[in-house]
Amino acid sequence: MRDLKEWRQTLQQQDRPADRPSLTVGMSTCGQAAGGARVMAALEAEVKRLGLQVDISQTSCIGMCYAEPIVEVALPGKPRVFYGDMTPERGGRLVASHVVQGVPVREWALIQLPGNASPYEGIPVMPASPYYGRQVRVVTSRLGLTDPESLAEYIATGGYAALEKCLRQMTPEQVVEEIKTSGLRGRGGAGFPTGLKWGFTRSAPGEKKYVVCNADEGDPGAFMDRSVLEGDPFAVIEGMTIAAYAIGADEGYIYCRAEYPLAIKRLKMAIAAAEAKGLLGSNILGSGFNFELHIKAGAGAFVCGEETALLASIEGRRGMPRVRPPFPAQQGLWGKPTNINNVETYANVPYIIQNGGRWFAAMGTEKSKGTKVFCLTGKVKKTGLIEVPMGITLREIIFDIAGGIQDDRRFKAVQIGGPSGGCLPADKLDLPVDYDSLTRAGAIMGSGGMVVMDENTCMVDVARFFLNFTQVESCGKCTPCREGTKRMLEILTRICAGEGRMEDLDTLEGLARVVKNTALCGLGQTCPNPILSTLQNFRHEYEAHIKDKRCPAHVCQALLVYTIDPEKCTGCGACTRACPAGAISGEKKQPHRIDPALCIKCGSCMEKCKFGAISRL
Amino acid sequence: MAGLAIAFGSGAMTNSIAEIEHNDVLLIIGSNTTEAHPVIGQKMKQAARRGAKLIVVDPRRIELVDYACLWLPIRPGTNVALINALMYVIITEGLVDKEFIAERTEGYDNLWSVVQNYPPERVAGITGVPAEDIRAAARLYATTDRAGIFYTLGITEHTSGTNNVMNLANLAMITGHVGKEFSGVNPLRGQNNVQGACDMGALPDVFPGYQKVANPEVRERFAAAWNCRLDGTSGLRIPEMIDLAAEGYIRAMYIMGEDPALTDPDITHVRKALANLDFLVVQDLFISETAKFADVVLPGASFLEKDGTFTSTERRVQRVRQAISPRGESRPDWQIIGDLATRMGYPMEYNSPEQIFAEMAGLTPSYAGMSYERLAGDGLQWPCPAPDHPGTKFLHAGKFPRGKGLLQGIEYQPPAEVTDEEYPILLTTGRMLYHYGVTTRRSAALESYRPEEYAEINPAQAAELGVKTGDKVTVVSRRGRLVTRVQVTDRVPPGIMFMTYHYKESPVNILTNAAFDPVAKTAEYKVAAVRLEPAG
Amino acid sequence: MADVTLTIDGKKITVPAGTTVLQAAREKGIFIPTLCHDPKLSPWGGCRLCVVEIEGMRGLPASCVTTATEGMVVQTASPAVLEARRMLLELLLANHPQDCLTCSKNGACSLQDYAYYYGVRGDQFQGEKHAYPVEADNPFIVRDLNKCVLCGKCIRVCDEVQVNNAIDFAHRGFNTRVTPAMDLSLKESEACVFCGNCVQVCPVGALVEKASLWQGRQWELTKVRTTCTFCGVGCNLEVSVKDDRVVRVRGYDNPLVNNGWLCVKGRFGADFADSPERVARPLIRTGARGEGRFREATWDEALDYTARRLTEIKEQYGSRAIAALSSARCTNEENYLMQKFMRAVIGSNNVDHCART
Repeated sequence: MRDLKEWRQTLQQQDRPADRPSLTVGMSTCGQAAGGARVMAALEAEVKRLGLQVDISQTSCIGMCYAEPIVEVALPGKPRVFYGDMTPERGGRLVASHVVQGVPVREWALIQLPGNASPYEGIPVMPASPYYGRQVRVVTSRLGLTDPESLAEYIATGGYAALEKCLRQMTPEQVVEEIKTSGLRGRGGAGFPTGLKWGFTRSAPGEKKYVVCNADEGDPGAFMDRSVLEGDPFAVIEGMTIAAYAIGADEGYIYCRAEYPLAIKRLKMAIAAAEAKGLLGSNILGSGFNFELHIKAGAGAFVCGEETALLASIEGRRGMPRVRPPFPAQQGLWGKPTNINNVETYANVPYIIQNGGRWFAAMGTEKSKGTKVFCLTGKVKKTGLIEVPMGITLREIIFDIAGGIQDDRRFKAVQIGGPSGGCLPADKLDLPVDYDSLTRAGAIMGSGGMVVMDENTCMVDVARFFLNFTQVESCGKCTPCREGTKRMLEILTRICAGEGRMEDLDTLEGLARVVKNTALCGLGQTCPNPILSTLQNFRHEYEAHIKDKRCPAHVCQALLVYTIDPEKCTGCGACTRACPAGAISGEKKQPHRIDPALCIKCGSCMEKCKFGAISRL
Repeated sequence: MAGLAIAFGSGAMTNSIAEIEHNDVLLIIGSNTTEAHPVIGQKMKQAARRGAKLIVVDPRRIELVDYACLWLPIRPGTNVALINALMYVIITEGLVDKEFIAERTEGYDNLWSVVQNYPPERVAGITGVPAEDIRAAARLYATTDRAGIFYTLGITEHTSGTNNVMNLANLAMITGHVGKEFSGVNPLRGQNNVQGACDMGALPDVFPGYQKVANPEVRERFAAAWNCRLDGTSGLRIPEMIDLAAEGYIRAMYIMGEDPALTDPDITHVRKALANLDFLVVQDLFISETAKFADVVLPGASFLEKDGTFTSTERRVQRVRQAISPRGESRPDWQIIGDLATRMGYPMEYNSPEQIFAEMAGLTPSYAGMSYERLAGDGLQWPCPAPDHPGTKFLHAGKFPRGKGLLQGIEYQPPAEVTDEEYPILLTTGRMLYHYGVTTRRSAALESYRPEEYAEINPAQAAELGVKTGDKVTVVSRRGRLVTRVQVTDRVPPGIMFMTYHYKESPVNILTNAAFDPVAKTAEYKVAAVRLEPAG
Repeated sequence: MADVTLTIDGKKITVPAGTTVLQAAREKGIFIPTLCHDPKLSPWGGCRLCVVEIEGMRGLPASCVTTATEGMVVQTASPAVLEARRMLLELLLANHPQDCLTCSKNGACSLQDYAYYYGVRGDQFQGEKHAYPVEADNPFIVRDLNKCVLCGKCIRVCDEVQVNNAIDFAHRGFNTRVTPAMDLSLKESEACVFCGNCVQVCPVGALVEKASLWQGRQWELTKVRTTCTFCGVGCNLEVSVKDDRVVRVRGYDNPLVNNGWLCVKGRFGADFADSPERVARPLIRTGARGEGRFREATWDEALDYTARRLTEIKEQYGSRAIAALSSARCTNEENYLMQKFMRAVIGSNNVDHCART
């Protein structure tokens, strides 16, 4: 296909058929998990029942995870309206009111996208809504708004203009320069300048080169890559194709974890569609440039997110990191120079090429340019997928975008960067979110996981959780990571069980230091971070566990004590019936007692007590 | 060996083991290297891993096939035709080394007059190897600079054994693949000191160093050194000895460390011959099948119990050092022979193997520069003609021992025995990884791991017979029958079965054919026609 | 390649470019402990015992996989390095059976040596230890994974030397272990060819020769270099002997031949020498030919009898009525003597040997 521009214009003129209403359901993994499919089925049934001429289709994740399932209603010539928390039951009223009568259901509506039409009253307009107001959507700009499986929509919304520009107007060197100008740094965590990496791979000697996309997102609570792959697979593919052109590769791999079946399915469809239109494969856009792209499904090992382990896995070997140098840019896949970036990094590339490196560099801070996608999870009111300019503060993210802590409890910490990251306390809330500030504060940017914790979170337990994760995910190659995490985990488990000793803290620090200093790969070197940052910021909680045998957040089961306040107890017996251990006794209408020797600390009694007589200490 | 001697003027591995890892093409023909020469097999696999291309010619799907870029599953006994076809492709496609042919060889026209009748399409019919694969192999071998040929008994144990070897030499010479590092013609010698036994003149026609007994000057020199008179007529080769013993002309035999009653072909005949002797002395570690016919058994010492030297397949002479004392009253073989000679009126009073070695080196030009002192480290490769000579890594640089290399056209002749309705299956024999000769059967560990034969048969044969792996079958040839367990595997193609010769309980040489190569007198162990019957 | 000069523990060292810090240090006799390093195998960098401090580099890099560069300043025994090594040894010992008293490897165990050198007792961490069953279902190798330090040398030797890939790491984290496919035993896997090269590179007692168990302590062994008898390759052997018995056979490092590696026969087959079936004394036939019935005789009797019979037959039928088979298994010296015997004593060229096998 030679005249992409013409095709785009045709597509844009056609736009979506504006002569009839459409219903679009968010059907990414998050939408499906929340019940999107049932909602969609209900809507289809309703439309059929009423004999309406309505298009029903699906889209990807718009980012408001807290409100899934989300349904968009668009009437010809009217703003697109997004409804949250949809259920099959609500389908009837939605169709009757909005589709048939043209009256939006305001109390369910989240936002509207006005386009050329004048907005409905009483519904926040997307860019100005509290959730989106501080966001800058670049990589996520198509998410939730287009059909991710449609190459036509991708092209109509500007897709492949960047690749065309590269192939027709730019030399590979110029492409590399443009990326350097943008200041883009790797979004996988370490933040290595992308343009520099491309330059290394380009100048590495060798005929055969590869580009690889790291889509082995494994951090607990992180789903940025999944959302982008599911929501805009073509952008990732276009970014990789541009990278291949820039570095002189003709073959590429997307290493995607097998736990992302929908992402893989959409990538496959996208690859096939791009190949069919001459946008991938041989002689792309008639330029003589060839690029063949494969998908490799990972088997779910966390360590395969480490680039050398990932390459080993593609080669069919056990995913274990090796020492760098040589870096993949010199010796990567099958010993050939290989450029590895993650999903978000590649997805940024078409926008940078289209709008220029300077445009990108205008966003963000001095050393961290552009935007970053985060997954907000934990105890915030609005969990979801957000994209913010670099340099925004943690407070703005947690309180302005996510609406603060659930039930208005107290913020305790935010865990950034997954198992390799750290826990930042309240006094770090005004920290600007950029690579260097986060690292200085003892966390890391990581791939974008952001877990918010409230006062009911035990920080020792958090450290234990992450150490358990890194221990079971350690590849076993190097002694400090394999054996060190085991012993750190044992010590943390002991502390949580109330069997800790004060000297354990010194041992933990010593172990953490040695593991950090001696582990082979980035995962091993950073795995003590959850311990070090919690020890630094929440040492008192450790001491409470050890000295006072008390878990301040009331989380560590072994340290909990349930007691009944005789003043409040009515002797109703509800707790006695609920107790699976037979630990509660007492005469009818008399205050009851809990036998601590029998109590298994399950908390059932407390749930059942209607009088608030049972407390947990 | 004889084949190389005719073509080049001397027979031995032309190159060194250490060169294998630097080869770019390895043409491996009739050698199950990973089992018969495991440590060389390692190096071949390492070479393949590094990117060297392996061309494996073998009827069986041996382990090396997994590492090969080309596998030519040849019908047993058709090597000459295959090699002719390779040469046909090389010559007709202009891939020959003209300079080498002109300067280093003679007889090219004679070669072509034969080879021209072997286009791949015709040879495909003879060998069962597709013509395209023959072409691909020929091109790959001819156009790669570092291309070596490696063969073993799959080439020599045929009635056409010498012809096979000569033809491999032809192939190497027309492509200029000999006389330099990393390419040559390399027989991998099976036994630990088969090279040395040949070098030492344990052959009926030569003294040590391949000096002909028929040559009066040579004879004179040895007669002077040994202080005796010497016969100028070549003696008998093993099969002739056996035949003449059966006929009563040979009356006595002295057999040291060999077991022809198990390992020679058609052992029924061998046993008759041995029983017919007036006197048989066997010198061995164990009561071998042969020793059972002996009048006297003299207990020798194992390699762990004595000093000496072995010469390896790459012509490397290395020290054998005593680690333990001889078991029981056994004695090192050199002591026994010396004692016997002395008792027969010819004093052979050596104090040490070193003394024997020095005497031998003084009479053997290719060993002349060697001494125990010089062999103390990593050994020396012959020829090593002088005390300051470093030994020879590869042979035939610049010149062959016979002057010009001899190119000789060789016509394909079918093996002595072919299959027919009565004996429809081709039996081919060889080694396996876990056993060697009589010794390994007496190793508790090796024996317990592989205590009995598992003859390899193809699933098609197994189905026909209704047997599965582990079942017993009877194998029948024109010469005898035996019972063995089978392993059902597609390592062997339909119509071919494979057995090892390690097990006296299922002695495969009851079945094999005693037809011999006319020059080397090597028997056709690799091709016998058999049929399978249910056991019992 | 050009040379580079670096400073290790205050000493200036010049090495060819591409040399690792470990090689450079060892060339100067500077001690750095390693478990997973083997110059004959690919670099691994897993055990981390060889960590050093290098100015300008983050953390403590492993010297076995760090290339020496011009002007590099290295410390091999700084407090941080020593703390790390001690901690790593504590960690390894925390999951290691402390049964050195009866371990076959006692006296030749790298872990034991380093623990001693650094004064690490292995009592800092009391936690879970593995309790894998010891694998001994094959006649050659005993695998005790409880002693394995996961250095991966066995895996690399199987992959890079034997090119067999019978074993690899499996499972993750603390449960990582070396195993054939599907957690089968070596024997069950049918992939292992028992070359035993893994045993030879194992730095601890995880892989030992079965036949060597309880046969001799490491310091009781006398080692003899010799040449293998089981095929024509000529592999060099290191035979370990105690009390006139072969306790163990390993590959001797002749870089021109076997580079120290062996096959199953060379490594595990030497016990044939002590087979009860060995002929201990000369024998003279009492039964029919082929029957194999003999009586024992003295050497004098047997040799005199042989000499007499050969002489008689030579006199009666002539030299050419006698033939001899020499042996491709015997030494050069013995083959030389056999042909000399036939030619000079018997007077016949009827000497041959089984040159085929």
